[in-house]
Parts: sequence; C-alpha cells; structure tokens
Amino acid sequence: MRTLRILLLHELRSLAIAAPTYIAAGLFLSMMGFLYLMVLHEAKDTPLDLTPVQMYFSLFFVPLFLIVPLLTMRSFADEYRNGTLAALFSTPVRPAQVVFAKFASAYIFYLLLWALALLYPLVAWWMLGPLYSDPRLLDLPALIGGGVFVAASGAFYVAVGILASSLTRSTLVAALLTVCALFFLVLLGFALRFVPLDTFAWGETVLQISDYFNTVGHLGVYLRGIADSQPLFLFLSGTLLSLALASLAVESKT
Amino acid sequence: MPKPAATPPVPPPAIEVENLCKRYGAVTAIEGVSLKVNRGEIVGFLGPNGAGKSTTMRIISGLMPATSGVARVNGIPVAWRPEEAKRHLGYMPENNPLPEDLRVTEYLRLRARLKGVHGRDLNDSVGEVMEACDLVRKARRRLIGTLSKGFRQRVGIADALLGAPDAIILDEPTIGLDPHQILSIRRLINNLRGKMAVLISSHILAEIEQVCDRVIIINQSRVVASGTPDSLRREFIPDATFSLCAATTATALETLLLPAEPKTEVTDKGPEAPDSAFRRLTLRVPADSPIAPVLLGKIWAAFPGKIREFHSLKANLEDIFIAATRRSWELETKIKN
Repeated sequence: MRTLRILLLHELRSLAIAAPTYIAAGLFLSMMGFLYLMVLHEAKDTPLDLTPVQMYFSLFFVPLFLIVPLLTMRSFADEYRNGTLAALFSTPVRPAQVVFAKFASAYIFYLLLWALALLYPLVAWWMLGPLYSDPRLLDLPALIGGGVFVAASGAFYVAVGILASSLTRSTLVAALLTVCALFFLVLLGFALRFVPLDTFAWGETVLQISDYFNTVGHLGVYLRGIADSQPLFLFLSGTLLSLALASLAVESKT
Repeated sequence: MPKPAATPPVPPPAIEVENLCKRYGAVTAIEGVSLKVNRGEIVGFLGPNGAGKSTTMRIISGLMPATSGVARVNGIPVAWRPEEAKRHLGYMPENNPLPEDLRVTEYLRLRARLKGVHGRDLNDSVGEVMEACDLVRKARRRLIGTLSKGFRQRVGIADALLGAPDAIILDEPTIGLDPHQILSIRRLINNLRGKMAVLISSHILAEIEQVCDRVIIINQSRVVASGTPDSLRREFIPDATFSLCAATTATALETLLLPAEPKTEVTDKGPEAPDSAFRRLTLRVPADSPIAPVLLGKIWAAFPGKIREFHSLKANLEDIFIAATRRSWELETKIKN
C-alpha cells in the first residue's frame, strides 16, 4: 500500500508538470464551455424535450476523444522509449502497482476536469437564473446522474487509454489506439441501432449485446436521475480487465 | 564431555548464479552460466557485444525471467521471491535511463522510498549516497535532464547504492565518460570494496583490471574464464614475454637460447633509431621453462655491454580476454567440425 501511495504521488506530480495535461485541460474546458453555451443558446430560442443539463451531458463523448488520449498516451509509451521502466522494476515494485498508479493519477485528473466542467451549469444557473425563461435551467437529478455516469464510464475509458499506452513505445500510436478503442466502445452500440439487424435470424442477439454496450443509451437512463447497476458493472469489469491486460503487457515488455 | 562450539552459519554469497539459461525461441542468449560474487568483492564481468552480459545481469536483477537455472541474491532466489531479492540488490542498467524532469534529490528520494527507506533514514540515506558520489555540491538541486554524462552516471550509481544493498550490479558504468570522469567513477567503485559485493561490466578492460578482485569472461553465451587476473594470466597466457634493446640480432639470440629452450621465439622489431646498432627485440619462452628466471644473465654473459634495456612484458587483461574468447571460438569451431 505504501509503495502504491509513493507511485501515485509521483505519477500525479509527473502529470501536473507535463504540458499535455494542461493542453488537455485547456481544450477540454474550452470545448465544454462552448458546448454549454451552444446548448443554452439553442434552448433559449426553441423549447426542447431535454433540459440544458441533459443536452450538455449527451455530448460528453465529444471531448472524450481528446482528453483521454492526452492524459494517458505518455503513461507507458514514454517510459518504454526512455527505458525508465526497467530502472523502476529494479526496485521492489510490481507491474500491477505501476499500472494502477498511472491509471489512478490520470483518472484523478479526468475527474478534476469534469468537476470543473460541471461548474458551468451551476454558474449559469447562479448568474442567468433570474433572466432565463426555462425553469429547468438547473436540472439537479440530471446533473448528479450525469456526474455519476461520467465518473463511472471515465474509469473504463481512462483504463483503456492506459492499456493502449502499455502496448506501444510511440505516444502517437498510443493516442490513435485510444481514440479507435473509445470510438468503438462509445459509439458502436449506438450506431448499431441504425443498422437493420433484426432482418437476420441472429440480429436480435447482436442487438441485445450491442444494447449492453450502448453507452449513449445508458447515459439516457442516468440523465433521468435513475441509477442503473448494469452499466456500472460493465464499466467496472471493463476497467479491471483493461488494467489486468495492461499489467501483463508491461510485464512482458520490460 | 563439553559440547563442541557451534560454528556460525556461513553467510550465502551476495550473488550466486547456477546454470542460468535464457532462450528466445531458437536463439540462445546465455547457456549454463554459473558465477558467484562474495560479500565485499568487486568482480568484473567481461565479454564481447552480444555475449550475454546484460542478459545475465537483467536476470539477476529480476527484470527478466530465466528459461532455466537459478539466480540468488543474498541466498534469496530472484525468480521466486523477486521483491525480497530486490531489497538486497542495487542495479544500474546499461545506458542508465533516468527521468529528465526530476531534480537529483527528488529522484533519489523517490527511489529510496521505493526501496523501503522511510522516515529519518530517508534523508540520511540520500545524503550519504550523494556524498559518496560527489553530487552534493554541484548537482543536488539540478534537473537530471541538464546534467552531464558523468553526473548522470553518478546519479545512477548513487541510486544503486541507496538502501545499503548487499550487492550492486553496474552495467557499463563508465561508458561514454572522459578520462577524468572514469577516474572518479573508478575511485568511487574502489571505495565500495569490502562494503558490498559489486558486479561490474565494462568494455574498458584496463578499468576492470585496476578495480576488480576477480574477472569473469563470457563469450558466445557461456562463461569461458573466471578467476583473478593473475590466475587467468597463468591459464591463458602460458608464455613469459620479455622486451629487450640490444646490439645483436634475432638469429644470434635464437642460436644462443634454442639449445636450452626449443620453444623460444624471438621477434625483431627493427633498429631503435635509423643509424643505431641497437635493435628492439621481443623474446618469448614458456613461463615454466628453466631458462625463464635466468634469461637476462644468460644473454648478458653472451653479449656483455650490448644490452641497453631488458624488461618483462606482463600480459594485460586485454591479452587474456582475447586469448580466452579466441580459445572458446576455436573450441566451438572444433565441436562443429
């Protein structure tokens, strides 16, 4: 436990002094601010089915493809290239501890950025509340549900980024692998709904499986303020599997 | 009847390797490597590029599993109890990779914590190794990325020394250093004699000869020689070689010495100066030949006043290394044929 704490503090420090972290933070917060502004603008002119907060969260995957690769791509790829991982393993440290420390530090930054992004609806409600016609400007159940969903799914996505970084010496390849994997995980289940699979005998089974992986569908449930354990299980098992695979990859590469 | 006094248990060697093999598919990196480094001893590990030095060192350090065989640090098998074994070992890998964005003290403190040094011991331990490696004055607060190669090597050695391990492994610690830096690293390693076991690999053979108590030579994945430089000299360089500057010829010397020692070889290296009657000659006789100890007297008696210089040429580690590796190549060729 002590080793894990030492590694985690070191990783947090490494992330805190790395330029990509601040690029990720700047881009993410600007993008989320811009998206929320667009949502407010849209909601002002025409009455919508969704509240501004629900619309804001339904676009959560847009900055995801940027922030996760930027936070995770250097984790292992850089260390492989510099050879510093071999030096680290000459001390009594296990690969799983290093993987978990890198994951935890990136995840903490991810949560921190989202915590800052969640301030937008609160600030908007505080400043624009009296001027705004829609009483649902601050949809608290959607804000809490969306926050829980983003935190749970984020663990999985950050773990996938760590896994991608553990597979290659190139930060660019790690980033591309992460984007591809996230695209597959976030949008595939949603995209399959538009494919006429039910015309095939096996189509129904495929759709049931794709439903389970349909992140956007699960998000809808959480934005209604309903806590569903099914996606939590998906995210938790996905996180653990990704970290276990990353540990194996790191062990075999050093 | 009084009980015989119990003999204290003999401590295990700091590093012990038995029949270590490492294969990558059909390629054998090391085969049947066995070696031992006792406490307080400095051992040089030599071999041509690709002979298997770094592979052996990486296996001992627990960075790589062996295909078969056992590596023990302080009696602890590295493969079965890697974390415990690593607590007794310091390792500086080849090329000494270091994080560029940490300061020297930050890095050493992190490494010390990972090696289980905590609390009050942390500052003491880091301070001691920085002092030992002469890092306190010039490099203490500097970013590692801005350090010269010499200081980086010192940081690597300081890291290996952290936590007072029983043994340290230094893989090419003097690579890329200038003579002044090599001298200071040599002094540093010399200071470790008697305190901990040191296994050091280097391509600079003169370096190893000056620093090490014992030498292990590895070639083509196998240990081909092991012992003190003197014992290896006796084993691999069986001839005694002398250099002389005399006003005589190689033929005259051969005529004088061949009846007493038929294996005598004389090589003429030419005149000492363009118009000089004195010539530089090299004499080689078997080390155990009865004429070896009385050679000078015999020549002086035959050519009185015609000898200006006579001295023994001691084979250096380079000669031993070349002889040992050549013998293993010849043996390999013989087996193949």
